[in-house]
Amino acid sequence: MNRHFSVRSKHLATRHRFEVIFKWFGRISIFLALGFLVLMLAIIANMGAGALQQTRIALDVPLLQEGFDINYLDEADYDGLIKSALRQRFPDATSRSQKRQLNNLLSIEAPFTLKKYVLKNPDTIGSTARLWFIASDDVDLFFKGSIELAPEGNAGRLISEAVAWVNELKAAQAIKTVFNFNFFTGGDSREPELAGIFSALVGTALSLLICLAISFPIGVLSAIYLEEFVAKNRWSDFVEINITNLAAVPSIVFGILGLTIFINGFGLPRSSPLVGGMVLALMTLPTIIIASRAALRSVPISIRHAAIGLGATPIQTIFHHVTPLAMPAMLTGAIIGMARALGETAPLLMIGMVAFIVDVPDSIFSPATALPVQIFLWADSPERAFLEKASAAIIVLVVFLIIMNLSAIILRQKFQKKFCKNNF
Amino acid sequence: MEQALKMRADTSNASDFKNPIVSAKNVDVFYGNKQALFDISLDFPANQVTSLIGPSGCGKTTFLKCINRMNDLISTCKIEGNIEIEGQDIYANSVDVVALRAHVGMVFQKPNPFPKSIFENVAYGLRIHGLTNSKTELADRVENSLQKAALWDEVCDRLDEPGTSLSGGQQQRLCIARTIAIQPKIILMDEPASALDPIATAKIEELIDELKTNYTIIIVTHSMQQAARVSQYTAFFHLGELVEHGKTKTIFTTPKDERTKNYVTGRIG
Repeated sequence: MNRHFSVRSKHLATRHRFEVIFKWFGRISIFLALGFLVLMLAIIANMGAGALQQTRIALDVPLLQEGFDINYLDEADYDGLIKSALRQRFPDATSRSQKRQLNNLLSIEAPFTLKKYVLKNPDTIGSTARLWFIASDDVDLFFKGSIELAPEGNAGRLISEAVAWVNELKAAQAIKTVFNFNFFTGGDSREPELAGIFSALVGTALSLLICLAISFPIGVLSAIYLEEFVAKNRWSDFVEINITNLAAVPSIVFGILGLTIFINGFGLPRSSPLVGGMVLALMTLPTIIIASRAALRSVPISIRHAAIGLGATPIQTIFHHVTPLAMPAMLTGAIIGMARALGETAPLLMIGMVAFIVDVPDSIFSPATALPVQIFLWADSPERAFLEKASAAIIVLVVFLIIMNLSAIILRQKFQKKFCKNNF
Repeated sequence: MEQALKMRADTSNASDFKNPIVSAKNVDVFYGNKQALFDISLDFPANQVTSLIGPSGCGKTTFLKCINRMNDLISTCKIEGNIEIEGQDIYANSVDVVALRAHVGMVFQKPNPFPKSIFENVAYGLRIHGLTNSKTELADRVENSLQKAALWDEVCDRLDEPGTSLSGGQQQRLCIARTIAIQPKIILMDEPASALDPIATAKIEELIDELKTNYTIIIVTHSMQQAARVSQYTAFFHLGELVEHGKTKTIFTTPKDERTKNYVTGRIG
């Protein structure tokens, strides 16, 4: 059989071989890409996992009666109380550097923890309070094993005596790790052990909401106008070329535009999610317009004919029939644009969203920062402990992206179902 | 062919052309620089079926689309001459094309129901033109239109299902129901059965015959048997010209022009 047919087609074996080779190239590329993706995620997860754990140290703090004036409880010397409690716990710290290291065992937040405790339980004054204080970043890293012990006996910035103290605490079971809630509920901080992602997360969410609210309606309506109503001429070609080119403009240029127009021109508040969202919207618009136009073009002409033949006006045809059918593809375009906006840092630097923001923004006008900017800031910090924070923030960013994409997919399927079934 | 001609009673009569509902005079159509129709003058009698036949590319669909101004959608298309519907020039500046298309319905070659429910497909035209005052009236009109399109019995228990879930023939009847729901005077049909099997085609043809009591139907068809079966009048187009026009029986049995004769006997086409 085979021999019989092969007489008619030459090079049959070679032609088939090309197909096989091409398929294998495809498979290998996909496996390589997947492999690198898994590797990257594994590395980031490994580096960032530490940020989910917080080291706490138990310390007995004697709350002597004479240290407190019952009427001015919040003016007591909590810092001194902590320091003396530490000296009591580790009396072998005598030299200046040892004392400094001793005071650095706990986070600078420790006095506030104590103060909060005393204000809540004023009746404990006179007794000794055993509290779990947040450890400093150096102790935290060493205890979690992120820093190896050097041959000289020190571990990173911890001198050898401090290493001994930590080991002693470990033996006394006075040091432990707990889940780091603070990372998800707190704002940025100069101290790595206190730094949290929440303010950046809120900043990003607000900016993206503004971005979506501006860019999606404007983008879709522009696409409808350009695709369905503008007569094709030199002017419309000019607009089309401009939009296509805008999609390729470096994002920092949009940042400069936002700085000069929105902040200097309109006087909108610097560093605010409002301006951030507007700048991101400018950046996202071309992507949405291009995707929406392609979506409109892909709607079969027969649907337009059906509506127009029935006496629908062009606007009715487009809003009742064409746009619903194009909506899933438009949403895909919007999500691609939003995903780009989510990861954007450069334009936000220009409008001041790079500032050190501790407070969680409570409106679109208050100063805020964004996740990618926060990652950039932490990755740029000299403290080693910020490295794991940055990695954890990247994980949060990726999770945010996945949630966004998932909701888009759900929305898209809902749309598809809705417009295959009922009503308008 | 003889048999096909006998199938329907001949309802044409001599007074048909005294008061034509559609009247085209000296119509030229251009696509860019290319002329597609040459000096077409053609009258359509009311409440009769007129079929436009001719080989592919002869301009019959182009002419059909001039009657409800669907050609306006093609920016390069230019129309000269005069088309009147009930004495009104439809290319006059004062004419609103939306109103015109509510008056002149159209059924397309490929069934094109909206990707919405069967009910919505029929109700859509009624809604946009504001033809009903209440929900029950709307439902009544939808049911009535589906009945007239001989589709009601097949879909009455699944009006919520998408129109696209029907078979090809049912979809085309749904499109006809959608068109007659808004009660146009004239229905244009562009090869309405060319994408359907013989049984579905027979149903559509039967329907066309029934519809002509209330509507004037102009149908473009490639099938000469179909033209013979459904129409009282036939116009033969060739290379953008109207070659011959007359009673269907005359066109198919005693054509005057050599080209018509060659076409209806299957020698060209």
